[in-house]
Amino acid sequence: MLAVHDLEVRIADKPILKGIDLEVGSGEVHAIMGPNASGKSTLAHVLAGREGYEVTAGGVTFDGEDLLALSPEERAHRGVFLAFQYPVAIPGVNNAYFLKAALNAGRKYRGLAELDAIEFLNLVKEKLKLVHLDEALLKRAVNEGFSGGEKKRNEVFQMAVLEPRLAILDETDSGLDIDALKLVAEGVNRLRDGHRSFVVVTHYQRLLNYVVPDRVHVLSGGRIVRSGGRELALDLDAHGYDWVKVAAA
Amino acid sequence: MAQSFQTKETPQSVESLVNRDYAAGFFTEIETDTVPPGLSEEVIRLISRKKEEPEWLCEWRLGAYRHWLTMQEPRWATVEHPAIDYQAISYYSAPKAKTDGPKSLSEVDPKLLETYEKLGIPLREREMLAGVAVDAVFDSVSVATTFKGTLAKAGVIFCSFSEAVRHHPDLVRQYLGSVVPVTDNFYATLNSAVFTDGSFCYIPKGVRCPLELSTYFRINAAKTGQFERTLIVADAGSYVSYLEGCTAPMRDENQLHAAVVELVALEDARIKYSTVQNWYPGDENGKGGIYNFVTKRGECRGARSWISWTQVETGSAITWKYPSCILKGDCSRGEFYSVALTRHYQQADTGTKMIHLGRNTTSTIISKGISADRGRNAYRGLVRIGKGAADARNYTQCDSLLLGSRCSAHTFPYIEVKNATAEVGHEATTTRISDDQLFYCRQRGIAMEDAVNLIVNGFCKAVFKELPMEFAVEAQRLLGVSLEGAIG
Repeated sequence: MLAVHDLEVRIADKPILKGIDLEVGSGEVHAIMGPNASGKSTLAHVLAGREGYEVTAGGVTFDGEDLLALSPEERAHRGVFLAFQYPVAIPGVNNAYFLKAALNAGRKYRGLAELDAIEFLNLVKEKLKLVHLDEALLKRAVNEGFSGGEKKRNEVFQMAVLEPRLAILDETDSGLDIDALKLVAEGVNRLRDGHRSFVVVTHYQRLLNYVVPDRVHVLSGGRIVRSGGRELALDLDAHGYDWVKVAAA
Repeated sequence: MAQSFQTKETPQSVESLVNRDYAAGFFTEIETDTVPPGLSEEVIRLISRKKEEPEWLCEWRLGAYRHWLTMQEPRWATVEHPAIDYQAISYYSAPKAKTDGPKSLSEVDPKLLETYEKLGIPLREREMLAGVAVDAVFDSVSVATTFKGTLAKAGVIFCSFSEAVRHHPDLVRQYLGSVVPVTDNFYATLNSAVFTDGSFCYIPKGVRCPLELSTYFRINAAKTGQFERTLIVADAGSYVSYLEGCTAPMRDENQLHAAVVELVALEDARIKYSTVQNWYPGDENGKGGIYNFVTKRGECRGARSWISWTQVETGSAITWKYPSCILKGDCSRGEFYSVALTRHYQQADTGTKMIHLGRNTTSTIISKGISADRGRNAYRGLVRIGKGAADARNYTQCDSLLLGSRCSAHTFPYIEVKNATAEVGHEATTTRISDDQLFYCRQRGIAMEDAVNLIVNGFCKAVFKELPMEFAVEAQRLLGVSLEGAIG
């Protein structure tokens, strides 16, 4: 489904990713781990189409299509979703309105009829339960005045409504206490349906106790220095990132 | 410009009405001539005579004119325009004959037509708005007649200013110029001398006006021209919501518009005045466009009275207006909610004045300015707490949103407090639409322009929620169309 090939990326002439190869098949969950400043978030942003990054070599295909040639919204329409590390507030725009606009933009792309207000409301009420969020959230402005936990659960809620084919979770666990972490993980797990793929970017392995990955990749200095099964995350937890840095050297 | 309401039948549809011929005698009272350009006592007497006005009104106009001759155009606003030749304007003209203006939509600027399309304006209305000389404008006669019935039952007077002068001279004489004195300012004084028509509205004691009053239903609105005069009086305990304007960009050959709007709220009365202004802003090079120099003021004359101004300003080449409230009655309240959008070479200098005179008076000011391209946007506001205004409260919030790097936003808040018990709060922000916000929207599948719209509408929400429902929906759509191509 997703194929990243020898990807090199710079930010203002500074190399961040120095040749990434990654294959994510349908229904698979891949964890990208790594120390701070290893390029994890850069990878997530480049996949989603954020501006400000220069791809100097390699490429990315999504179902065989050149993903990097598409605008962010076109990628979204094809089923790429990014759960933000820092979800952005949009004052004055309520969550329901925002999400309805997003959902209907995607439906329009797929040639489906747009949902009206009532159909939409029925749909989102179901999805809210997934992340145990209150309906009142729909009326609040997007991410404005949300607690850290609410923001992250709201990302998972949006994911549930938009039903992407590939979900990229960028440090969705950061800043969450254990209860909030469990809620987020539960939401993610319920969206695992054997077809939907996940790229879970995280610094800590604790999220992976709940969202169990098929593959774990360790990113360090802009390269994937180790790949393995779930046990790799546990080893990292036991030994720390210095262990892979040494191993890679 | 009197209009006789002789149509009795209720037509099946707008279409059928549009396509029919004039009913006989429909237009009998309308003069067909135009006075030559220029302004003099002669011309003013002529206007007054043509309108068959009483002597006192003619004298009132002349008094205004004589004072106007001693006045200078205001120079303090942050707007620029070539000098206006006041002797080149024709101060009285009858409704345009069919030979004036474009003859069909095929002669109208295609860009304007495109905008109508996007706003979903019905075809016949497009012709009217574009200045095509058609009968469509008279559709509203029948609508107006129906509404007049409902209003008459409630005792509400709602008619053209000319009619009011004829049928309710005492009310007009009592209130005209009582809020905006003839000597008030250059443009208001000019208006007082030469105004041709406008609206008059009186809500009797204790009556809640059963309809939202809209100039759309007032037949003469389309042709009242440059110097419109509106007077609304809400008697004790009454309520009225008045809607002015239209979301469609209106074309007009007259470049200068200097209207005066006066509101009077007596004890416990409430007036809600909503405006959507979308006069022709000129083209993207700044050519053409209306100069909108308006004086709008309301007086909360009675205790516990309330006046609320809401405006959405997207049109005109230059907007110069400060809808204000004089809070004379104890415990009275003034509100001002404004969205002003400027792009291309548009200039807006707008804001409000809240003059607190009575005790326990309160006011709220929420101003949202949006500038794009080379647009210039200024908020200019005055909050004055008089000596006697014990325990007065004001809250002001001025937010500016910039799109692009060549536009500008300015805020000029003046605060004068002469009573130590007053509380005045002012908050101001200037922001840009952030790349983060845009990326967030786009990552969710919302296209760039829709994302800009969404964010701008969110920015304006505090104002839009004050508009009557369908007006708010139209205003949002209008903002979207107005902003097309502003980013990206």
